[in-house]
Amino acid sequence: MSVLNVTRKRRRGRRGEQPMVPDAEFSSYYGKPVINSPVWSVPDVPGYLFLGGLAGLSSLLAAGSDLTGRDALGKVGKLGAFGAGVLSLVGLVHDLGRPMRFLHMLRVLKVTSPMSVGSWLLSGYVPLAGVAAATTVTGRLPRIGALATAGSALLGPAVAAYTATLLSDTAVPAWHDGYREMPFVFVGSGATAAGGLGLLAAPIAQMSPARNLALLGVGLELAMFRRMRTRLGMVAEAYDTGKAAKYVKAGQALSALGAVGAVVGRRNRIACALSGVALLAASAATRWGVFHAGMISSEDPKYTVVPQRERIRKRRGDKEF
Amino acid sequence: MARLTEKTVDPASEAGYVDHPRRMGFFTDTSVCIGCKACEVACKEWNAIPEDSGPLTGMSYDNTAGLGANTWRHVAFIEQRKPMAYQEPGVDHRDIDGLALAEQGFSVSEAAEEFRWLMASDVCKHCTHAACLDVCPTGSLFRTEFGTVVVQEDICNGCGYCVPACPYGVIDRRADDGRAWKCTLCYDRLGVGQEPACAKACPTESIQFGPLDELRERAARRVEQLRADGVTDARLYGADPDDGVGGDGAFFLLLDEPEVYGLPPDPVVTTRDLSAMWRRAGAAALLAVAGAVAAFALGGSR
Repeated sequence: MSVLNVTRKRRRGRRGEQPMVPDAEFSSYYGKPVINSPVWSVPDVPGYLFLGGLAGLSSLLAAGSDLTGRDALGKVGKLGAFGAGVLSLVGLVHDLGRPMRFLHMLRVLKVTSPMSVGSWLLSGYVPLAGVAAATTVTGRLPRIGALATAGSALLGPAVAAYTATLLSDTAVPAWHDGYREMPFVFVGSGATAAGGLGLLAAPIAQMSPARNLALLGVGLELAMFRRMRTRLGMVAEAYDTGKAAKYVKAGQALSALGAVGAVVGRRNRIACALSGVALLAASAATRWGVFHAGMISSEDPKYTVVPQRERIRKRRGDKEF
Repeated sequence: MARLTEKTVDPASEAGYVDHPRRMGFFTDTSVCIGCKACEVACKEWNAIPEDSGPLTGMSYDNTAGLGANTWRHVAFIEQRKPMAYQEPGVDHRDIDGLALAEQGFSVSEAAEEFRWLMASDVCKHCTHAACLDVCPTGSLFRTEFGTVVVQEDICNGCGYCVPACPYGVIDRRADDGRAWKCTLCYDRLGVGQEPACAKACPTESIQFGPLDELRERAARRVEQLRADGVTDARLYGADPDDGVGGDGAFFLLLDEPEVYGLPPDPVVTTRDLSAMWRRAGAAALLAVAGAVAAFALGGSR
């Protein structure tokens, strides 16, 4: 063991990417992380992110289908929304250190806590999605069903978008610093998933809105992800590392594959279904990738220290002028 | 009225307390820390914290490694190849023959001369703007009348949100228990006019407890004195009410950069950007609606 316990590492420039933060030496305490890593587990939390997006956008797809008389697509959307909503709630409760105390979430409503806002959102959304699904399946109480469908379509986008705020409202560099683009990535990823579900399960005659939604989702997700990485500077490295890199790359490849398949195979039921599966998997992979990038950026002190040092340097520089 | 001129936010008043006691805190002066770990032990004893029987870390004399659910005071040990600050020993060497001594062949290696040991007792910072408290969805984390931040263990449901929210890596979840734990600044002791266990046990007054405004004044004088004595590395950390967390309720005098001690050099409370985050999420939600409308409007062959 060296007596020198202050690790000084030199960041290597990689693949010609232009980091916002120039190569810098940094100190740490025995290479230990500065922040504590999230205690959230896999698959609970990345699954929660994925299912929230799938549910929220499925509700929109369902409402649109009802308005345009696409019963079968509407049914897929409503069942998908309810199923994903319930499962995401299960993920949320299961991940708690004290699951029996889930209802403590509803003691207070705090806008400073995206987890609090999200718990309330889901508590309103899941029952609405449930009523919408039940009335469609049974064919009873159509008016209440229409109201519930409208209600879930109103809350759905919030359910899909808030999970980005949930991640960004932390000290985890790969999550916090991406707060400008993350909601768009997540909404895009949700559209990819909901569109994928439509392609997988709806009859081909009613499929086109699902295909359109998936294509828009893929476009938004890929574009905003790219923008997020540019803005992240050196922190973007976390998305190119280890498990995060694998999932992010898989997500992008599956998105592209699913999008092409959905267009080229649009007259073929099996091609549509396979594209739908690819798009669902793509959305999940993106969430897993984002989750792991956060974990990686919390475990290595460089992601905390180097950008903060850079901030101090800039501030001092500004003062001198 | 000092309060009128002071920019500092008073967190207890902000939390709604009327007629509350003064804001209490810690000033940890690491320049006099001897690394005895009495603070770690006293904290564990008083707060009945379970052992974290980890293996030896190999990190100098530090085997607790960092703050966590079961370590609320953590003494860092840093060994550096840097010269100690110059000290005047007060001994006159004028009648010693240096050349004669050198002939004896005894010398101290240069490497050994260039060595110093930094020791620092870390603790929850009890931030003016505390991210853990902001993000807690149950209201388990709350602001006390002393301006400190405490977890209510009968409320915490172990959602774990506070853990990655803390910019200092202080609070953590106990694996077997499922709830989040951290330093309470000995809320129970404060309530009966006692000082926290760590400060009580500290034999060198490295850990000083008291009203925060007094501690800040004392710390300013101390850092000035050290610098005047030639310890130019001395600096305060967390004492500035204008920093990213609005100043720490527990702040430090350090002898090197904060990151050398495992502290973030420029911590910012994550919720500072929260309104921008919500605006972005709102825009994304609206875009989702627009996208869905477009998906139906665009139509398609089928």
